[in-house]
Amino acid sequence: MIAELGHFSLVMALMMALLQAIFPLWGAQRGVALWMAMARPLAQSQFLFLLTAFVCLTVSFINNDFSVLYVAEHSNSSLPLYYRITAVWGAHEGSMLLWAFILGLWTFAVTLFSRSLSEEMLARVLGVMALISIGIELFILFTSNPFDRIVPAPVDGNDMNPLLQDFGMTIHPPMLYMGYVGLSVAFSFAIAALLGGSLDSAWARWSRPWTLVAWIFLTFGITLGSWWAYYELGWGGWWFWDPVENASFMPWLVATALLHSLAVTEKRGAFKVWTVLLALFAFSLSLLGTFLVRSGVLTSVHAFASDPTRGLFILVFLGVVVGGSLLLYALRAPMVKDNAHYDFVSKENLLLLNNILLVTASASILLGTLYPLVLDALGLGKISVGSPYFTAVFAPVMAPMFLLAGIAPMFAWRQADPVRIFKRIGPVFLASWVMGIGLVAVFFKADDIKAMAGLGMAIWLAAGALLSLYSRVSLRANFWDGLRSQSPSVYGMTLAHLGAAVFLVGAVLSNQYSVETIVRLAPGESTELGGYRFKFEGVTEVPGPNYRAKEGSFQVFKGEKQVAELKPQKRIYKVQRNTMTEAAIDPGLLRDLYVALGEPMDKGAWSVRVYVKPFIRCIWLGGLFMMAGGLCSVADRRYRLASAVVKEPAGGMEAKGVA
Amino acid sequence: MTPRQKRMVLVGLILAGVAGAVFLALTAFQKNLLYFYTPSQVAAGEAPKDYTFRVGGLVVQGSVKRSEGVTVRFDVTDGAATVPVTYTGILPDLFREGQGIISIGKMNGQGVFEASEVLAKHDENYMPPEVGEALKKTGKMPPTTYKDYRK
Repeated sequence: MIAELGHFSLVMALMMALLQAIFPLWGAQRGVALWMAMARPLAQSQFLFLLTAFVCLTVSFINNDFSVLYVAEHSNSSLPLYYRITAVWGAHEGSMLLWAFILGLWTFAVTLFSRSLSEEMLARVLGVMALISIGIELFILFTSNPFDRIVPAPVDGNDMNPLLQDFGMTIHPPMLYMGYVGLSVAFSFAIAALLGGSLDSAWARWSRPWTLVAWIFLTFGITLGSWWAYYELGWGGWWFWDPVENASFMPWLVATALLHSLAVTEKRGAFKVWTVLLALFAFSLSLLGTFLVRSGVLTSVHAFASDPTRGLFILVFLGVVVGGSLLLYALRAPMVKDNAHYDFVSKENLLLLNNILLVTASASILLGTLYPLVLDALGLGKISVGSPYFTAVFAPVMAPMFLLAGIAPMFAWRQADPVRIFKRIGPVFLASWVMGIGLVAVFFKADDIKAMAGLGMAIWLAAGALLSLYSRVSLRANFWDGLRSQSPSVYGMTLAHLGAAVFLVGAVLSNQYSVETIVRLAPGESTELGGYRFKFEGVTEVPGPNYRAKEGSFQVFKGEKQVAELKPQKRIYKVQRNTMTEAAIDPGLLRDLYVALGEPMDKGAWSVRVYVKPFIRCIWLGGLFMMAGGLCSVADRRYRLASAVVKEPAGGMEAKGVA
Repeated sequence: MTPRQKRMVLVGLILAGVAGAVFLALTAFQKNLLYFYTPSQVAAGEAPKDYTFRVGGLVVQGSVKRSEGVTVRFDVTDGAATVPVTYTGILPDLFREGQGIISIGKMNGQGVFEASEVLAKHDENYMPPEVGEALKKTGKMPPTTYKDYRK
């Protein structure tokens, strides 16, 4: 019964979405107030139906209802309750439902926090979001219905993929989807503005907080994914340039560009046309990511669906969304005039450079990700693009980006005085590089140019962010007053830039100075690595809820002092009979000790993989800093004050919009 | 400078940047494309001599041999031909005899493929698509060992 209720709710959600698309959009075009007013209640009821459907699927999992095909395929009665709930989005059908549910959630949020929007704008935004909903809900109902029954019902289910039975699975997909789907709000605002011909700074101010929140989730989701891959896959890496990772990284890069460009559009009324295009691209890349992951064209850990009709459906949907929005853009964008004037040397132009670099980086990833697919589709051979390609292209594009990010906050809008700025930052710039080179020479290697460049850049970026904060604060006579008078978004920017610097420290030092060894160890033997001695004590059997594990025990010594005890496992899951490696990690801000069991060999010996990875935690810490920066900026009261202003008649809006 | 000249300088800078990026991308691309070859193609001598590529197929039953250290030797087949592979390191969890795998590496002078990476997927029914196609070509696709959970 519950599955049928879920299925019915999903159909009802589709009906609501259809109405929510037709009436408000039409009403906004014709100026029919009643039709526009239907947008909000329809969107809210669509969300309620989606919520019901999602809860129904979750209940089916909790109750072990194996008469539901999706539950039978991806759960098992011996699976702990916690993972039974996680299993809801553990495979294709459920994760698409999660996608639709989260889109409903964002739509619902728009209905709640939109009192400042004009009825017409709100109707258009919700109408566009409904169009996206329709596509996804049709996709679920026709190609990937999670509520399909199976007769006769099996006694027990096929279990969740053991690789996914982890805390990371519980939180990484929902966070990532919140980010992906959240970009649909910025997209809908852009489309609505193009439809209504009202591309002004008020539009930028409305979409800015939404973009920021989506960006925060996306940052968090990617950071989590990287951390999860690091400890779960047992390879010791944190980023593999796997096509699916790229699929999440491209929208992130474009969304980052969008955030910076929205700032210019809001504050200066410039770049309008470009900002809209970025908003369209950001969500299109999210959809492309969904297509890549869900269509089965890619082979990776993430890609488990391989049904050609699904791929075709998403491809057509992608074509309609991207094609339609670009067509609308081509028709409407030429009418928008940028009336802002700015000098050659100005913050505007630096932010434009930032945008170009970010988009270039994203495009080069797109090339590396799609090229093998295109070649394969044309029958020109099977190739893959290795991670050396991505690092070779990415580093030279990012280097000027980080350099500029250090100075840009110091530049004034409209017209900056380069001589004064360079006088001010010159010493700091030099000092940063000297410090970076010095630190590497003293603590690591005297001739490691890569690490010196990386560390120098990171220190420069951090110094630039702090210097800009300092110069803002020092405009006030009293230091504390100065600190207090800064708006949260200034702190947000400073934190986010510091986060990028911290990330860079982690990425550079862990890439340059990680050491690794693969050895055969018998009980009692030890191996030396990176100044640590790892002593293997042997392996014992340990039971788990739905697996048996062989647990190794390692004592780690630095000199004579024991610093850690590590217990990596080799698990055999009972239902799918899969073997899983669970690495053991002793984390630390300065270094991680990482041990994974390989294979058993004769006489109780095992092959063992050992890593010492300096500063690798900084990578994720940097991600969290960026996220915290985003949160700070969202807290800025300006967005709420500004939205109160917009309620005034159109004339007032124009006047204050520029301020 | 007049505003027009300034704009031209900016456009020039952007073009130069984009050209640089494209150049970088294409050179990196040339160096890092990994082509896939089936064991038959390798046996026929079609695979490059000193260039990294990927070879995939089923691990031949009974061919996995370990030496004292952590070096493993095994044969990979597409049903028509086999290629001997050596790999130093820890094999992925799902590496088994009879399983479809892909390895990345180079041929050495003795006709042995020295793998730097061995990939097996985290799903025992999974067949790398390249391997599946190679097996279909030779007509040696194994029957699926799909577990019937309905029983």
